[in-house]
Amino acid sequence: MATLNPAVESATASHHGRKGVWSWMTTTDHKRIGLLYGVSSLLFFLVGGVEALLIRLQLAAADGTVLSADAYNQMFTMHATTMVFLVIMPAAAAFTNYLLPILLGARDVAFPRLNALSYWIYIFGGLFLTISFFVGGAPDGGWFGYAPLSTQVTEIVRMDYWALGVQILGLASLLSAINFITTVFTMRAPGMTLMRMPVFAWMATVVAFLLLFSLPIIAVGLFEVFLDRNLGTLFFDAAAGGTPLLWQHLFWLFGHPEVYILILPAMGIVSEVLPVFSRKPLFGRSFVIFSGIAIGFMGFGVWAHHMFVAGLGPVAEATFALTTMLIAVPTGVKIFNWIGTVWGGSVRLATPMLFSLGFIAMFVIGGLSGVTHSIVPSDTQQHDTYYIVAHFHYVLFGGAVFGLFGGIYYWWPKITGKLLNEGLGKLHFWLMLIGFNLTFAPMHILGLRGMPRRTYRYPKGLGFEFWNFIATVGSLTIAVSILIFLINAWRTKARGRVAGNDPWDGRTLEWSISSPPPEHNFDVVPVVHAEDDFWHRKYREDEEGRPVPIPGGGDPLVAGPDDPPIHLPSPSFYPILAAFGMFLTVLGLVYVPLGLVLAGVGVVTVVWGLFGWSMEPLTREEH
Amino acid sequence: MAVLDHTEHAGHPDLGNVRKIAMWAFLGSECLFFGTLISTFLLYHNTTGDGPTAKEIFSIPFTSVSSFVLLMSSLTMVLAHHAAGRKDWRQMRVWLLATAGLGLVFLSGQAYEFTTFVHEGLTVTTSPFGSAFFVLTSFHGGHVAIGVLMLLATTFMSFGGKLHEGQGMNVELVGLYWHFVDIVWIVIFTVVYLLQV
Repeated sequence: MATLNPAVESATASHHGRKGVWSWMTTTDHKRIGLLYGVSSLLFFLVGGVEALLIRLQLAAADGTVLSADAYNQMFTMHATTMVFLVIMPAAAAFTNYLLPILLGARDVAFPRLNALSYWIYIFGGLFLTISFFVGGAPDGGWFGYAPLSTQVTEIVRMDYWALGVQILGLASLLSAINFITTVFTMRAPGMTLMRMPVFAWMATVVAFLLLFSLPIIAVGLFEVFLDRNLGTLFFDAAAGGTPLLWQHLFWLFGHPEVYILILPAMGIVSEVLPVFSRKPLFGRSFVIFSGIAIGFMGFGVWAHHMFVAGLGPVAEATFALTTMLIAVPTGVKIFNWIGTVWGGSVRLATPMLFSLGFIAMFVIGGLSGVTHSIVPSDTQQHDTYYIVAHFHYVLFGGAVFGLFGGIYYWWPKITGKLLNEGLGKLHFWLMLIGFNLTFAPMHILGLRGMPRRTYRYPKGLGFEFWNFIATVGSLTIAVSILIFLINAWRTKARGRVAGNDPWDGRTLEWSISSPPPEHNFDVVPVVHAEDDFWHRKYREDEEGRPVPIPGGGDPLVAGPDDPPIHLPSPSFYPILAAFGMFLTVLGLVYVPLGLVLAGVGVVTVVWGLFGWSMEPLTREEH
Repeated sequence: MAVLDHTEHAGHPDLGNVRKIAMWAFLGSECLFFGTLISTFLLYHNTTGDGPTAKEIFSIPFTSVSSFVLLMSSLTMVLAHHAAGRKDWRQMRVWLLATAGLGLVFLSGQAYEFTTFVHEGLTVTTSPFGSAFFVLTSFHGGHVAIGVLMLLATTFMSFGGKLHEGQGMNVELVGLYWHFVDIVWIVIFTVVYLLQV
């Protein structure tokens, strides 16, 4: 590509040939950090998947012998902790990191080094949780860590690993939330008003605010658990007058917004995919955005529906029953908008579209079973049974994971420059859809028949055997579908079809630049004139509203000699150093009092990292 | 709003405003952090078990004085910010150090108060009241300590030849944080001390 601007050439040249492990460890490029998030969350997805398969193998038949009760407790705790904190949240962070600046027409996030710090804290937090398997057993008190179960047994440090691991993972998310919020409010290209932002960018913003306001609550709760365990405080000690119910409130005040933190990015992805593959703008676009914002607010008002059996009293129960029914309204609005988008469009059933349609169907089932939980008497019956397990897997797997895979197939050509194989992609989709329903639909029946959660085996003759066996067959089918995805990814690397800039006839700014994008994203900072700006660059409408291509409309903008110079953030070693210091600190805190020495070394390392950070000159500041 | 105007600095928003928005977002998060700690305290303010109660242990005159000291540090912080706006770096350093000094006086007061309480039989392990009181006030004290370090670092860095526009912004950011920590103390002093005796 011919560039007339020496600035573009020098920006390209100076960042060319940055290769090797060191360049990845010190990178501050939002796209590389996005890739790191993506690959890491995929690896943890395999770990969490193996944990799930072990659980299913144990439950395949009555009186299972695959896992001991102790190992089973570790598996269900770590399966959930892994999938929530190490897979879905970072996978959403991967998309947000990679795409948010490009969707806004920016060259990076507001704080590139802070972005790197978030990633490194996340990966060290993931390692920290995982090494617990090799030093006396992984956390075994459930991902919700209910007190006093999580605070009483202090000779075994498993729940210390959990409390501290989740704590620093929360810190990583908090920092990236601040970063994304600042990026959205200050880095948008000229003309990119808030309401012109792509819906995915909007959902990422809502998620950032949810993280910002929910993480400090769980942070306090986790500190209280840690101090109860290690310093002898009495927050959750019922014998001394403490109330374990406090933990439930603090956990679910975070935990329910967390559910929307997990699902909103997938909703954003689907809102990008459906218009492109229906060749129609998103139906009721501002309604979708405002529904997302409404979900963000209402998400803080429904937490106690997780606690209907805790004895909150009729007033609280009635209130939370009503708010739970209400929050289904904005969610329902979105579903109708998505259906309205597809309705009457020229639909292409490519793999990203299949996953998005699968998302809608599965999420409707999960959403409806969710509304049944707002009926307090019915919830009392369902509580702690497999009916709940079925419900949240329909939302978080059928919803979030299907949406995320749709995003993977959709943006893979942009990120790698090559298209994933469509045949294998469709096989992946159908196998995963069938396997998913085989696994989780029977759990509704098992739950209504009274099969309790978190019980490592069940006796013969209770009517549980058949559906459990089907569920295990389904989980193996899911495993095969994931294997097909991995083969597809591997095959595409060597033999994939070259994608070009705009393989799907896209509507948003990322499709206006090369695949993969250059490090500085845009040779020329785009000026935005409309929603779906790139589409309007490519098409005008005839009298009957049909799109007519504008010749050369999708060509990339070329920098002229007068365009301002491009500043890119310099690589930095300090984020990974500071994150490593935090790793040492929490590792030391598990083994108080002796570990305090290690924790001290960790704190010194953190201070060293932050001091070097603040003294480091920034390219960005030189203008 | 000036922050959202990109026509002049396409792709290069004013770095100061960027940092200020980040600081406001962080402080928003901190509101929930202290809100949760204060809620925990309110839940346990009467759960004193066999240990001393709030009425028996708090000395309102003493804590009033240390609260006054912390409030005055907000005044010196404003003066430091004002001096930075005039680019009067000498005055700015004086007021920054004064603010840090008042912060240290407050922290010494807290250390004295904690020692006294421990001698009178209230520790983190005495009762849920003790746990909630010490954890809340320690987290606040930790925030003050970090603020003091930030003030000292800003003063130190102003000697390093970094006397450009960014200096005033650093003072403003530290100021935002410092005023926030002060406001949290006003809430704590009211809810934890004054309402309990």
